[in-house]
Amino acid sequence: MMALSLVPTASWYLVLSAVLFGIGTLGVLVRRNPLVMFMCIELMLNAVNLSFVALARELGDINGQTIVFFVMVVAAAEVVVGLGIIVSIMRNRSTLTADDLAGLKG
Amino acid sequence: MNDLSNFFGPAVDWLAISPLLSLLAGALTLLLVGSLTGQWPWRLYAHLTALSAVIAIAISIRLWGDVGTNGARLLIGGALALDQFALFAAIAICLAIALVSYLTSDYLNREGVDLPEIYALYLTAGIGALVMIASNDLVVLFLGLETLGLSLYLLAASNRRQVSSQEAGLKYFILGGFASAFFLYGVALVYGVTGSTRLINLNAALTSYIPVPRNDAVLLIGIGMILIGFAFKVSLVPFQAWTPDVYQGAPTPTTAFVASVGKIAALVALVRVFVVAFPSRSDDWGTIVFVLSALTLVVGSVVAVVQTNVKRMLAYSSISHAGFILVGLEAASHRASANVDDGLVGVAVYVVLYAAMVVGTFGVVTVVTSDQANSDASGSASLDSFKGLAKSQPLLGLAMTVLLLAQAGMPLTSGFVAKFGVIQAAVAVGSYELAVIAMVCAVIAAFVYLRIMVSMWLADPSDSTTVKVPPLSRISIAVAVAVTLVTGFLPSLILDLGSNLAELASK
Repeated sequence: MMALSLVPTASWYLVLSAVLFGIGTLGVLVRRNPLVMFMCIELMLNAVNLSFVALARELGDINGQTIVFFVMVVAAAEVVVGLGIIVSIMRNRSTLTADDLAGLKG
Repeated sequence: MNDLSNFFGPAVDWLAISPLLSLLAGALTLLLVGSLTGQWPWRLYAHLTALSAVIAIAISIRLWGDVGTNGARLLIGGALALDQFALFAAIAICLAIALVSYLTSDYLNREGVDLPEIYALYLTAGIGALVMIASNDLVVLFLGLETLGLSLYLLAASNRRQVSSQEAGLKYFILGGFASAFFLYGVALVYGVTGSTRLINLNAALTSYIPVPRNDAVLLIGIGMILIGFAFKVSLVPFQAWTPDVYQGAPTPTTAFVASVGKIAALVALVRVFVVAFPSRSDDWGTIVFVLSALTLVVGSVVAVVQTNVKRMLAYSSISHAGFILVGLEAASHRASANVDDGLVGVAVYVVLYAAMVVGTFGVVTVVTSDQANSDASGSASLDSFKGLAKSQPLLGLAMTVLLLAQAGMPLTSGFVAKFGVIQAAVAVGSYELAVIAMVCAVIAAFVYLRIMVSMWLADPSDSTTVKVPPLSRISIAVAVAVTLVTGFLPSLILDLGSNLAELASK
């Protein structure tokens, strides 16, 4: 059987991870809804996870995969804290965009 | 099948990590016992927090002697480093925790909500900070960074009655998370090139490793992203945008905490990573640190001059302090020079002295703005609230004057010792341009502190109400002023300790 010569290599995953990280970065910079900005940060962290797994596979080293578990725990903790802050702000107002939060400047 | 019988974890030197355990015990006691019992009397929350911090300081001092005789070493399978550089910063961090917890106690009692959570967050943030300053592995460092960061975001947002505090918390959270992601991506890239995250292995891999152009680019991008992550955390220009907002919006004692513990931990970790893991690339990062340092110094000092809010002024002043500390790091990048270690000693001495003066300064701001009439709608401190302070409260005015003179770097205060240390290190390695920029910026920044002093001493009090200094705040401010003056008059006390500071474990 003719195998299609499109076998994904580690560099495919690394490129994908870089693209995801870029999308996340762009999202934080251009989106104005704190929830979406926050989701973009999570996207960035998960892009890094993909890099770690791909690199660990490429290097034949288990440490890279272990790191991913630590990062997942951190990301979960970040969700708790971030949503806590966002919910406590939402209680005081009905809608929220980053532009509303411009009381502090100088 | 059962290979677990052959599994042994790394040896744990419990005494060496007991400063961490002391803070952890305090945090767990506050959270567990605090949630099961009613309101504690006699300010016990603050006393317990301060006690854990003081125990941690005592253990650190004991470890200091131990490291002095037995030398620096690695702990827990190489995850943490035990050396005097880390212990010195640990003592500064624990001192800041103790002082800030007393300030907070008075602040919370005035607001009528003295609850254990804030103190527990101080201690968990302290744990993160102690892990960061000692971490010998980029992933451990990341975990410390997040433990510290998540606690700090909550602390900044902790005043739920004030919109400005929540705004500060959210801004800090979004930008902090953004920076952490950058840092982590940098770690991933560096891991990909070297196959390790241990600082010591990184250095070994990079010195023995013959660079292929493509991989070297990945490595440099990785180092750059780690630097960007740190630059956000320690608010280096151009990554400083969140700092003034967070410092102004957060409750004032919390601001003292962010400015001391948050900043010290990130700066010390930054220095350790670059000096231990990437010395072979010091020509590359040295240049970038030079530029960041110069920008931070100039922007921090110049923009501070046009502020009208004292908390924002102090935010920019803390930015310029970070610039000074980077002068030390830049000096440590000149590996060809015989005096390269001066930079490390300068950084360590600077962060310790900076902790005391910044906590003291924000302590006075907390006390002065405690009177709600003095603070405007966003709960912040305008320069007007300091009018005539020296006449209505001479001692408080004097304390603030000493602390501001120290921040400005006047001789006979700790600020002079600190600034002299890093600038002397820059000169010793031949980095004259940066030394000159630093000195010019010190003069510009002095103008900011003079503005506050003129307002305190020369203007008349705006209203007849005198500021009351609560007893615990009095202790905090007195300790901060004492550290500032004693080390200012007798710099040998602290400089003699510094001889072994540059002996980093695994360097």
